[in-house]
Amino acid sequence: MSTEPDKLESFVNRRYEHGFITDIDADSLPPGLDEGVVRAISARKNEPEFMLEWRLRAYRHWRQLEEPTWAHVHYPRIDYEAISYFSAPKSDKDRPKSLDEVDPKLLETYDKLGIPLHERARLAGVAVDAVFDSVSVATTFKEKLSEAGVIFCSFSDAVINHPDLVKKYLGSVVPQRDNFFASLNSAVFSDGSFVYIPKGVRCPMELSTYFRINAANTGQFERTLIIADEGSHVSYLEGCTAPMRDENQLHAAVVELVALKDAEIKYSTVQNWYPGDENGVGGIYNFVTKRGDCRGANSKISWTQVETGSAITWKYPSCILRGENSVGEFYSVAVANNYQQADTGTKMIHIGRNTRSTIVSKGISAGHAQNAYRGLVRIMPQAHGARNHTQCDSLLIGKACGAHTFPYIEVRNPSAKVEHEATTSKISADQLFYCRQRGISEEDAVNMIVNGFCKEVFKELPMEFAVEAQALLNVSLEGAVG
Amino acid sequence: MLQITDLKARIGDAEILHGLNLQVNAGEVHAIMGPNGSGKSTLAQVVAGHDAYEVTAGSVTYNGTDLLALEPEERAREGIFLGFQYPVEIPGVNNAYLLKAALNARRKHQGLDEIDAFEFLKLAREKMALLGMDPKFLNRGVNEGFSGGEKKRNEIFQMAMLEPTLAVLDETDSGLDIDALRAVAMGVNALRSPERAIILVTHYQRLLDYVEPDYVHVLSGGRIVRSGDKSLALELEEKGYDWLREAATA
Repeated sequence: MSTEPDKLESFVNRRYEHGFITDIDADSLPPGLDEGVVRAISARKNEPEFMLEWRLRAYRHWRQLEEPTWAHVHYPRIDYEAISYFSAPKSDKDRPKSLDEVDPKLLETYDKLGIPLHERARLAGVAVDAVFDSVSVATTFKEKLSEAGVIFCSFSDAVINHPDLVKKYLGSVVPQRDNFFASLNSAVFSDGSFVYIPKGVRCPMELSTYFRINAANTGQFERTLIIADEGSHVSYLEGCTAPMRDENQLHAAVVELVALKDAEIKYSTVQNWYPGDENGVGGIYNFVTKRGDCRGANSKISWTQVETGSAITWKYPSCILRGENSVGEFYSVAVANNYQQADTGTKMIHIGRNTRSTIVSKGISAGHAQNAYRGLVRIMPQAHGARNHTQCDSLLIGKACGAHTFPYIEVRNPSAKVEHEATTSKISADQLFYCRQRGISEEDAVNMIVNGFCKEVFKELPMEFAVEAQALLNVSLEGAVG
Repeated sequence: MLQITDLKARIGDAEILHGLNLQVNAGEVHAIMGPNGSGKSTLAQVVAGHDAYEVTAGSVTYNGTDLLALEPEERAREGIFLGFQYPVEIPGVNNAYLLKAALNARRKHQGLDEIDAFEFLKLAREKMALLGMDPKFLNRGVNEGFSGGEKKRNEIFQMAMLEPTLAVLDETDSGLDIDALRAVAMGVNALRSPERAIILVTHYQRLLDYVEPDYVHVLSGGRIVRSGDKSLALELEEKGYDWLREAATA
């Protein structure tokens, strides 16, 4: 009926705000991957023998694997020999004791990102374990956390200081052989976060890590492990931005969550990596394995993600509902613009009796982007009384984008109840005209409609994160009209 | 207030308005009637600024300014309100949110402070009570799952909140039961004032029993072929449009 959708396509064109590169001497390994590299990484981190062995087992398995091709994404073949597998800021050798000792350029980077670590962390009551190019540089609020008995540290520290916990839980949710990218990560992971919440402890603050990719041509291989012991509770926030650059960057993280009896883990992500330019050049390849194990009865794991960045997203935060009455949740907003490709969703594996899961997925596609939801709900034979509700909505902006839904449902217990609802809608010219006739600008109208569409997910985010996410979404779609 | 001179407009390749003239002064209520396809809705959309319609000739001035040079949202902020024939659904955006944004856009344009949430709610409740609407409507998605009648009431409610200077109601009366029709009429009558003007686009005499127009115009073939007072509407009800169509082509 109108020409509005054409205008809309240009709305999505916004320059990446966080496009800058901090000039810090990176201590990098030359490109390429062999056992020597794995050993070098382990040696640089002064890892104990068990860790090196674990890495090598993963490496040897990875060598036998082929990169998977089933996802609805397209990209040139990655040359794994052209990637450098380790890079750390120079300050690694002499770790800062406080923020005063942190490279001022690094602090400047945080400022540009709007994350003044020292102020913001205190104001928001958030402890930040900042991962800058693979090595944790500053950790705040450690004392308050240690009073509560909470361990929140870099993965490298955990390997040294809490080897028993690492040995017990590492790879227990995402095994070394889980998939191509998880195996690669297991072999070469650089650093990441480690959290342990002791029995009965409610973590006194939200834990937060800001990731940042910096050195050129360096794959990022973060490894995060969160263990919530019996009756404990933790909310973990992960957010990230990356500098603008031309070559594609591989990111293959692994996140493992373990919730024991009566424990609850809430894991929230706002992901804003460089998505590539208007023509799809550059941008991060984000191949992530995230999985939570509701190991004990009445445990709960809740994933909330707002994905606006990356050239390619391949990510399925999942829950294994092993404990009786355990609960898994997945709330997702995935925005794909220009030539971005997203293949994301979740897996809910119901094993225990009366396990419940909820999936709410909101996909927004604009420009030439392709956005796919891929979800698996599996009810095992012993999962009596299991229930799942899935809601999967797609919103299209413009004419050249695509939304795809691939739900897999496997029910092997007759008492299970599984519901799947899906909708696809478009921001129509008529909706925009209606808003404009009420005095609301086209851009505000788009934001209003998009935010309305995502409301159900945003309300799951911690307050300050929700505000950030909403702002990010508005910025992502800025300039789409006009 | 509104001066339309020799207006020609088309959608795609089809010219719908072939030189339309209309003058509306403050304080007046005009009814525009006419058969299907005569250009009534096109007129309403052109006044509101829908870009699917291209104005090829003529002028539209509103309080002395060139209305055609303004974007739809600018026209709205200047006090032009269109009651849509088919109000669109906007799932997920709640009614109150949209309306508050609309009201504040207008107020900002007028140099007024934004209305706060409490004032807004108080005002909204008042207007809803007047129109016999359930306050729950405020928290529902814009027109989401509304019946035809509810959508039309919602248009009138928005109009009552925004207090436009010029309201154009495009077949707001069609498909309404008698209670809804009365509510719509009440909303329109409440808005009548010496500073405002209202244009009612309608098929039927029915609404005019409740809202007495100062002028009635018959639109046929993209032109106004006859103007008169309210008795013209009664005459149309009796005779239909054919006699006018013949007169127009003769």
